[in-house]
Amino acid sequence: MNDLPAINTAQGEARLVNAVGLHARPSVKLTQAAKAFACRVEIALAAEGPWVDAKSPVKVMRVRAPRGAVLHVRSTGADAGAAAQAILALIRDGFGEDARRCGGTSHG
Amino acid sequence: MVEQRLFGQGAAPGLARGVVCVLSAIPPVRHAALSPAEEHAALSTAITAARAEAEAQAAQAAGPAAAMLEFQAVMLADDELARPAMAAVAAGASGASAWVAAMAAEIAGYAASGDAAFAARAADLEDIRDRVLRRLAPVAPDTTPPGAVVAAPDLPLSRFLAIDWRHGGAIVLAGGSASSHVAMLARAQGVPMVVGVGAAVQALTGCEALVDGTGGEIVLDPLEATRDAFSARIGRAADERARAAGHRAGPAVTVDGTRVAVHVNIGALAELDGLDPDDCDGIGLVRTELLFHDGTGTGQTGLPDENIQAAAYRRIAAWAGGRPAVIRTLDAGGDKPIPGVTPDGESNPFLGLRGLRLALQAPAPLRMQLRALARAAVHGDLRVLLPMVTVPAELELARSLLDEAMADLARDGIPARRPPLGIMVEVPAAAISVERFDAAFFSVGSNDLTQYVTAAGRGIASVSGLADPLNPAVLRLIEGVARHGLARGRDVGLCGDAAADPRCTGPLLRAGLRSLSVAPEALGRVKRAIAAVDLRSSAS
Repeated sequence: MNDLPAINTAQGEARLVNAVGLHARPSVKLTQAAKAFACRVEIALAAEGPWVDAKSPVKVMRVRAPRGAVLHVRSTGADAGAAAQAILALIRDGFGEDARRCGGTSHG
Repeated sequence: MVEQRLFGQGAAPGLARGVVCVLSAIPPVRHAALSPAEEHAALSTAITAARAEAEAQAAQAAGPAAAMLEFQAVMLADDELARPAMAAVAAGASGASAWVAAMAAEIAGYAASGDAAFAARAADLEDIRDRVLRRLAPVAPDTTPPGAVVAAPDLPLSRFLAIDWRHGGAIVLAGGSASSHVAMLARAQGVPMVVGVGAAVQALTGCEALVDGTGGEIVLDPLEATRDAFSARIGRAADERARAAGHRAGPAVTVDGTRVAVHVNIGALAELDGLDPDDCDGIGLVRTELLFHDGTGTGQTGLPDENIQAAAYRRIAAWAGGRPAVIRTLDAGGDKPIPGVTPDGESNPFLGLRGLRLALQAPAPLRMQLRALARAAVHGDLRVLLPMVTVPAELELARSLLDEAMADLARDGIPARRPPLGIMVEVPAAAISVERFDAAFFSVGSNDLTQYVTAAGRGIASVSGLADPLNPAVLRLIEGVARHGLARGRDVGLCGDAAADPRCTGPLLRAGLRSLSVAPEALGRVKRAIAAVDLRSSAS
């Protein structure tokens, strides 16, 4: 579908730097951030997948991505670029676990 | 009727008599299925109600507990969670059995992940499962009659907090631990608690039980003679408490007129309610790993954000009025593991990465906590206590973090006051060479100091006799710290269990201590013990 000009896609990767990986609170923040966008957002532990819906906390928790893992993010849809950027920034930021930045990125 | 006895480990002292109320882990599952459409609707309604309940609780909670409740609400809001159950319902299963099976698979995945942080979330998934089940198969309401002996496989913190303990009662657990947060709160609130009695608790519903939280013994369906003897013990203990209560107000003074400061240890803000600040000389220890409800459920740092912390510390300082309020920075590890924060698989966590060691390794949470403490210090005599200090360099590192926090706050234009920085003396290396530490005050942690000096873990029953704070080696170290404090004009206090043990009062005062910090319920008992000590004679 990448050859269809009407659909934007974006993809990137970032390392999980927060204390415990993609755990309860980070998963909540990630899904909240993803839901702020209309496009489809998916994450995976490897570039070849399996890809899971980043808007489903149940599925995100099932990934069990540990600290230090590289998380792949891809998005498909009108606001795909902004979505991937926001999600990757959130991951690099350690999910805002450093106090004052809490939630600052979760609205995309 | 045959009298039976159960034996476990005493986790909170005291005596209680009551009827056993068993808290079941999972409500019974209803198997009589309605039509698939009706089952689907029932399950769907139950999930929506459970989600609303979790959201409402999250809105009322603070800190880590709020985050975990929000996590539960978010999981319940995700259709993916119920998808396998709904598929089974469509194929003819009852909603309840389909839900239990689907959640069992989900929970197994967490428990088997091999990652402690994820495995710890299995408890949240179980809570999610039970919230829905309680609505699908409403059995006995999840309330405990006043004064009941609560029996359960284990007792999560949320359920302890949901029970009204003002009318007495006791806790009997098949599993559990004396070092759990629930045990600590039970001790603070005077609820007798016995842990580790084995798997038999489910069958005890409705039995009359006599619970001895000190000796770790439970008598079921007691004979009349046993009950009379127990009632007499309760009476004597009540008399003892009444006599102690007479000492609760007013300053603690020995027979020879020596004034001893008696402070309180605080683990939860709720403990301040109903506690008269005039009954104590201040707060000797605030355990911040407990303050924000459930340290085990936080996942990240064990502490909420800076504003929530600052508000809590401000409330403590305000409660204390002009009296000192000593707040200890996060003390995770050892007997207080925080999943995802403290390291897993250490061969001996008590000798591992815990307390200040852990805080300095990844200092972001400590920085935030110091900022919050400095902000609250504007509102009272707030002092900061560092746990598990081993070498002076650790104190100096923490001091430089406080320097930076003060500079940041000044730059941001946020009102703050630099709090005095003191250290726990609980590692023998610190106790033996206390003069090397340039601390504003010293607080002897007698629990850890005793177990490190005697090489006997308090949690290990077979050597607990060796873990004696009255061992002359321990007392000699305490004497050295007290002497150093006196010579340098620095306050020295003691905040371990020994402070609340009347057996230890005389020896501790003779070692030179003039400040003790105890659980609020022990104030009267300790002041009474102090009033019986005569420092002019060599023993009492």
